[in-house]
Amino acid sequence: MKDNFDVIVVGAGPAGSVAARFAAEQGVSVLMLEKDRDVGYPVRCGEAISKKGIEDFIPMDEKWIAAKISKFSLNAPNGSEVVIEFGDAGFILERRIFDYELAKIAANKGALILTRAYVNGLLFDEDKVSGVKYEYQGEQREVRGKIIIGADGVESRIGRWAGLETFTHFRDMECCVQVTASNINIDPNTLYFYFGKYVAPGGYFWVFPKAGRSANIGLGISGMEGKKKSALHYLNNFMEKNFPDAPILTSIAGGVPSTTTLKKISAPGIMLAGDAAHQVNPLSGGGIASGMIGGSIAGRIAGESVKLNNQNHILTYDKIWHERIGKRHEIYNRLKNGVYNFDDEKFNKIAHSFLKIPVNKRTLGKLFTTALFNNPPLLIDIAKVFI
Amino acid sequence: MYRQAKTGKLLIDILHGKCDFCGCCVGVCPEDAIELKEAEIFIIDPRCTNCAKCVWSCPIEVIKFNKEGVLV
Repeated sequence: MKDNFDVIVVGAGPAGSVAARFAAEQGVSVLMLEKDRDVGYPVRCGEAISKKGIEDFIPMDEKWIAAKISKFSLNAPNGSEVVIEFGDAGFILERRIFDYELAKIAANKGALILTRAYVNGLLFDEDKVSGVKYEYQGEQREVRGKIIIGADGVESRIGRWAGLETFTHFRDMECCVQVTASNINIDPNTLYFYFGKYVAPGGYFWVFPKAGRSANIGLGISGMEGKKKSALHYLNNFMEKNFPDAPILTSIAGGVPSTTTLKKISAPGIMLAGDAAHQVNPLSGGGIASGMIGGSIAGRIAGESVKLNNQNHILTYDKIWHERIGKRHEIYNRLKNGVYNFDDEKFNKIAHSFLKIPVNKRTLGKLFTTALFNNPPLLIDIAKVFI
Repeated sequence: MYRQAKTGKLLIDILHGKCDFCGCCVGVCPEDAIELKEAEIFIIDPRCTNCAKCVWSCPIEVIKFNKEGVLV
């Protein structure tokens, strides 16, 4: 293998693969390094995504669709269920196939992919990042790159080593645990959400359908709540109560940096994308769509910078991201903080009020308006993102 | 408050057999004191300040204070 590339991407999740593809499309040489032996596995994700979030990046294919989603079911602590219908809103993915397909597209555009390649340090030319050190099958190696894209997920160590402030405050870390279980009798087109201090304090519990009567069942809670009881504790309680005999196919832990984008996501020789840049929607915790957008912008700019031989060009990434998505995430973050401390009684009241709205007039915007009617600044924010 | 390490001995333990290698702890560690490979994890001893953020963030109760660390 060559010992230098124009662009090196660290991490082959959706953000990394899309970044590698968009860089390769510019005709520059691209290497993508993945620490695990498989792209797309293990899946640390609830796998829900909106239709809009996906169509720009991959042609529709049934093989990575585990369920088609048209309804939300939001469940208050007292058992009141609010259903919102959306038409064809989105999907539950089969991410072990989806991620693999995204990586294949990058490879077909010319990117080289190396799995089992654990990046453990950066190379520098004076202050500029100029390559990575990595362990490959027990052997320590180095490879030089003009631009390194850190798409290394929630750990985000690549950015740290480059001098960017990437660590997540534990209050903002949604600590998640999930099982995929079978024999789950739920509507195959509905996403179920559960709220309240007994199911997922300061977060939410989800039951997302997958093909063949299986489902992703899990929750995320803030590290602040994790101080008292772990996510696992709440998962075990919920399973015992609701699905005591369901066979478990997989169980997985994961962390989601649920906050606004990092203050700085590029510096000379380095760009960050996806969870590593905190490009997650802080309200929903969804990061596939926004990570792919981040990756596409980063990859394109990296390719252009190499072609222009202008390292300063990569610094435009921060602004372009902020204008396109970052600003919106700031609003979502304010909404998250607005609903974060609701107690069970408040959730019950919201459900009670919202149920008076006829089913065909219910929207997420109206739900948030109901929830935050006595918080005028946030009502303006709701109007900006939902209406 | 947790007692700080006086001897330089680690007060935080990772129960290796239980770890899922998810990266939550790495993401919240202010000192970059946790090394995480595909299926291998360890605390980088000299960097750890026993701040406990990894303990609180672990979704599956894998990182714990050892006996010396739960005092006070």
